[in-house]
Amino acid sequence: MMLFQGFRFKRVSTWMHRMDPRIKLLLSCSFFVAFLYTELLPLIIAFLIQVPMVLSAHVVREWLGTLKGGIFFAILILVMNMLTGSTLTYSIAMVLRFLILISAFSIFFLTTRPDDLGAALEKMGVPYDYSFMFTTAVRYVPVLATEALTIMDAQRSRGLEMEKGNIVKRVKNFIPVLIPLLVNSIRRSLEMAEAMESRAWGATKKRTSLYVPKLKTIDYVLLSLIVVAIFFAVYIRLYWAIPAIELTTP
Amino acid sequence: MKHPTPQPLLEEIKVPIIEVKNLTYTYPGSTNPALQNVNLTINKGEFVVLTGPSGCGKTTLCRCFNGLIPHFYYGDLKGEVYVVGLSVQENPTFKLAQYVGFVFQNPENQLFALSVEKDVAFGLENLGLPREEIKNRVEWALDMTGIKDLREAAPYELSGGQQQRAAIASILAMKPEIIVLDEPTSFLDSLAARTIFDVVSKLRRELGITIILVEHRLDLVSSYSNRVIIMDKGRIKLDGEPKKILNLNEVQLYGIGIPKVTRLYQALLAEGVKLTKVPVTADETAELLRSTLRHDRS
Amino acid sequence: MIEVNDVHFTYPTGVKVLNGVSIKIDYGEFLAIMGENGAGKTTLVKHFNGLLKPSQGEIIVDGVSTTKVSVAKLSRKIGLVFQNPDHQFFCETVEEEIAFGLRNFGFSEEAIKEKVDWALNLLDLGDYRRTSPFMLSGGEKKRLALAAVLTWDPNVLILDEPTVGQDYNQKEKLRQFILKLNSKGKTVIIVTHDIEFVAECNPRVVILSHGRIIADGPAKKVLTNYDQMREASLIPPQITQVFLKLADMGFAADIIDVNEARGKLIDYLRGLSK
Repeated sequence: MMLFQGFRFKRVSTWMHRMDPRIKLLLSCSFFVAFLYTELLPLIIAFLIQVPMVLSAHVVREWLGTLKGGIFFAILILVMNMLTGSTLTYSIAMVLRFLILISAFSIFFLTTRPDDLGAALEKMGVPYDYSFMFTTAVRYVPVLATEALTIMDAQRSRGLEMEKGNIVKRVKNFIPVLIPLLVNSIRRSLEMAEAMESRAWGATKKRTSLYVPKLKTIDYVLLSLIVVAIFFAVYIRLYWAIPAIELTTP
Repeated sequence: MKHPTPQPLLEEIKVPIIEVKNLTYTYPGSTNPALQNVNLTINKGEFVVLTGPSGCGKTTLCRCFNGLIPHFYYGDLKGEVYVVGLSVQENPTFKLAQYVGFVFQNPENQLFALSVEKDVAFGLENLGLPREEIKNRVEWALDMTGIKDLREAAPYELSGGQQQRAAIASILAMKPEIIVLDEPTSFLDSLAARTIFDVVSKLRRELGITIILVEHRLDLVSSYSNRVIIMDKGRIKLDGEPKKILNLNEVQLYGIGIPKVTRLYQALLAEGVKLTKVPVTADETAELLRSTLRHDRS
Repeated sequence: MIEVNDVHFTYPTGVKVLNGVSIKIDYGEFLAIMGENGAGKTTLVKHFNGLLKPSQGEIIVDGVSTTKVSVAKLSRKIGLVFQNPDHQFFCETVEEEIAFGLRNFGFSEEAIKEKVDWALNLLDLGDYRRTSPFMLSGGEKKRLALAAVLTWDPNVLILDEPTVGQDYNQKEKLRQFILKLNSKGKTVIIVTHDIEFVAECNPRVVILSHGRIIADGPAKKVLTNYDQMREASLIPPQITQVFLKLADMGFAADIIDVNEARGKLIDYLRGLSK
């Protein structure tokens, strides 16, 4: 649950929030350069670079939530690597790579309004139907979550015990929750379709948008910085010797 | 609290805005028609309350006004339905949607965007209007419905009543001539319901929009409307001024919940006490009782 | 009997919904819990069958704290019918839907057959035995949801917003049904904001506002207390509003019913003509 909270948009206004979503997406994706490295020092730096971003975006608590939620997978990666014979240093490096990436994307989702993302996708050429599907899905996630909880409550009030039984029984016990959820989702889609038709959906092929993402000066500046940073990262990989931090198992 | 009195029709010239002739409709896969031989004329500027027991066909009839029937629901439509002079059968929903706005019962499923502002703009974006025009209309619609301060709010942050006002604003922005509301206050408490009726009534008063409201709670809505239509089993049974219709004994047959004060009027009448008018609101009743009791005193 | 002792409740999201609620409900009572949306009504009744456990304070059902019993065990005694029937139907036929609860509680196949028949009869759903629940009309679905809970004959029946979306006839039938159940000894609790319905039922009325009980008493007293009602964003029944305006003429202040109103008015007129 905590993991999901770290990916929900938080409404604050900071420079990170105001950044054009396309540039922000590029920023998050740029952290994939971490995959060039297995040494601890550059990975630690890559991780630490994100900290000022998190602070200036006022999303510290949620970001920490993501990291906390990711601990399970982090430990899994660590253990898997150690078991297959990698060194402690290498295993920790793998964990760091994982954390860097979920952190980068968490920051993205925490500071980007889903509809701005939809608008950005549209500007990038994704057909409106798809970006609409995306933003609508995001809009209904909290509704579905609440509905699932209500359905579970209703079935528990009819004596359904969801925490008991073996694995087969437990899976079976999901049916009384899953079916109403599905049926309601279908009903909801029909109601939405009706409402969309009633608001002139499909009236014209050339749809206007109230808000269109425009790249501002700051976005161009950031774009340049990101490009430089990526270039720099690659350069270091190719031409520099990186001081090693070795961790030996006791 | 003073209830607004229904405005008389603009000039005595009645301009028909919806014309229904011999309408019979059956849903696909159904054997019984949901609407049977309905004939109806609604004039511009009216505030019509459409009511009847569950399954009487009121929602079905409303769907014929904006083209959901037959274009979305298919089925077998016989007869003629003209809205603002346009034939419903021959015009696509997106065209009719510009003249007839539809507000549904469940606010949750008619708000798609992540902010009220974007939802209000939705219909206008679909119509491909220029951005400046969209901006202006959104401002105006938010203002008319009194939710300017909720502009940035996401739907799940709003109460049911606020959601419905947002839905109304998003319809209003399209500047329709008719707004149909299908049990818009089902999920709301009485106070929120009153706010919705106030907003809708204001739209009619100030903009001349024709209102068709499907509603069970006649005690709340009768004072706003100037026409009540009662349906049963797919047919129109009664049609006329609220005070006349709600007082008829026939109404009991259709299981309509008439306002308690109207029942009181009837109960007093049975005891030989006649109030000078048929009341539908508490205010009216208090005034009538006061004058009647004083009068009988002298 | 249900005892609520100074219960506070905060949702995991941090929202505090109940701020010290205390109430006693005896077996056989008929109670309406009212209040505006968000006042905590549904949250409160979810504590009765253990779905929610108090953050502070306790709920005691028949002498045992709800934290010590499972939801299933409590539900056997306290049946909660949720507002939206579409949140619970998943079976292929109406009779299977009714049998679901009975199976969960471990009734024998024979007992299940008997009780399903009884429930179908009670709620007039006999014709729909083999129908899919999804094919029923709105009113029929509500009856099915009720049947699915009454079938195991809980001592207490809680109905969450039973009148939403119902027409007058359906509400009348429901009201009579509830009164019949109550007269046979079943404890009935309705959670609602439908004033006129409550006025017609004339039960004990409890008003919740901002997570606290601000009124508790017979309908005639509570629904006619204008200040309390206003604090809870509730509008008094239409008849009550009339008499509030005629207060200066000396009428009793606690009239909520049309018949009583007629009686008092006729008496007044007769008194005058003396």
